[in-house]
Amino acid sequence: MADKAQSRAQAGRLLEQFLAAGAVEVTPDILQPAEALLDLYGEDIRARAYVTADPLRGEMMLRPDFTVPVVQAHMAGGAEPARYAYAGEVFRRQDHRGPARSNEYFQAGFEIFDRADPEAADAEVFALFSDILAKLNLSATIGDMGLLRAAVDGLDTLPERKSALARHIWRPRRFQHLLARYSGQIEVPKARADLLTGQRSGAPWIGLRSREEMEARIAALEADAKAPPLASDAVAALNALAELHCPAEAAPAALRALAIPALEPAITRLERRLTALAAKGIDLAALQFDASHGRSTMEYYDGFVFTFTAANPELPPVASGGRYDALTRQLGQGREIPAVGGVIRAGLMADLEAQA
Amino acid sequence: MIKLGVPSKGRLMEKTFDWFAERGITLKRTGSEREYAGAVEGAEGVQLVLLSAGEIPRELAAGRIHLGVTGSDLVREKLADWKSQVADLAPMGFGHADLIIAVPACWSDVDSLEDLDAAAHRFRATHGFRLRIATKYHRLVREFLTREGVADWQLVDSQGATEGTIANLTAEAVADITSSGETLRANHLKILSDGLIHQSQATLFASRAADWSGQESRLADLAKQLGLPAPTL
Repeated sequence: MADKAQSRAQAGRLLEQFLAAGAVEVTPDILQPAEALLDLYGEDIRARAYVTADPLRGEMMLRPDFTVPVVQAHMAGGAEPARYAYAGEVFRRQDHRGPARSNEYFQAGFEIFDRADPEAADAEVFALFSDILAKLNLSATIGDMGLLRAAVDGLDTLPERKSALARHIWRPRRFQHLLARYSGQIEVPKARADLLTGQRSGAPWIGLRSREEMEARIAALEADAKAPPLASDAVAALNALAELHCPAEAAPAALRALAIPALEPAITRLERRLTALAAKGIDLAALQFDASHGRSTMEYYDGFVFTFTAANPELPPVASGGRYDALTRQLGQGREIPAVGGVIRAGLMADLEAQA
Repeated sequence: MIKLGVPSKGRLMEKTFDWFAERGITLKRTGSEREYAGAVEGAEGVQLVLLSAGEIPRELAAGRIHLGVTGSDLVREKLADWKSQVADLAPMGFGHADLIIAVPACWSDVDSLEDLDAAAHRFRATHGFRLRIATKYHRLVREFLTREGVADWQLVDSQGATEGTIANLTAEAVADITSSGETLRANHLKILSDGLIHQSQATLFASRAADWSGQESRLADLAKQLGLPAPTL
């Protein structure tokens, strides 16, 4: 195992390579205000980040990643376009034991904020990482969260159903449950049926949620009950999409074979990205494509995603990244910019280099 | 000596004493009524340690006691990756309580986690913050709702009188222990139909961190006397 000095040195070398690729160094604080992270990730972040308290600034977290502070700094006044690099420690609480469960490790990262050509920016980040990691014989997988989002958006059903499904793309279990509900595969529970026939509780009203809020939701449930179920072939196509994996070069044809018309713009973007990757020397036959890649582990990514992994399945990915346009919108207070980036685990890379 | 940690008072202590007595081991408090000292008869090399039930998980994790009786909810809540820290030797058949999620009974539109998730989404859009769930069982509730794919909630800490938080406008839902459900009903709350997080009962646990060297045969004898398979620690 690489010790701390070796990991830091490796992170420093990666930072130099990112700077040589045109990035500007950013150095976010280790102590981050908890509020923005909690708002973004929800309660789940408490299970993964160390929370501490500052007497004047309130609840703080030990930096669980660099992306959020880098986006905040850029949205607060960065010039466009921008390329940023950073290296330093991140801190992750671990609730389970295991060899790969470090709670403190070095990351080096590279991020591009550029409106001009998103697919070229995707390819630039991936090719840079691929080049830096070339000696380690890692396997690379790419995906695109935009495909599932487009397929959901293209469903012939109520907008409320689409937005509920889109909201849960990152939570496959709830997503499948909703899909089964909307397609009539699970029976309407008795409580829901009673509600729709007008049954109401006689209990006194308590709490902050108002009667009007309840009535608005009941109206939405009534509209939902009247809407026809999702067509079974549409559900089958969506499930086939979620399960699709193949060599990247075969992905556009495999996606078109699903015959989901709403996917076409996303497939065109994927083709542009693959062309840009090939132009940078990436072998598309060796690159894996997985339509659900990162679905339950890489939450703020909403487009292109990638990982580089070692052969040992117990190890976490050596590098991972993707596109997070929506994150810039959430943190940008009304502004947004297409953004893509990734990180490399410096200590893990040093370990693998020592073995190679 | 094998140190056995047992709740120091109340029904949990009495029921624990009964459970061991049925298996030929007499546990008793010694000295004055207020003194937390105990004695063991009917088992060789076992020392009784009387502790607060809430502290037994921590003492097991630290290895300061070898065996301990406490609620299965407390072990799961207080110990991260609990199976790596303690072994679950025997459910003891008393101290039953369910950790559940409850919402105002007036919410006619909310019966299940699916409803809670949808209501939480609308609540956040309306009020600008996530729907608040009051509890002292942070780990169990967080793991449950994450596993179930419920979004747009937050936990607020409540160490007591949790059922009152909704009427006091400091939470919209609660996650708490109930046995009869009476406190919930009295506070105009109802349990979600699929909101059962954990069915707790008093359980005999063994510490994986305790020093067992030289105690192996004693533990085997004790397990045999209690009618349990020999534990692997």
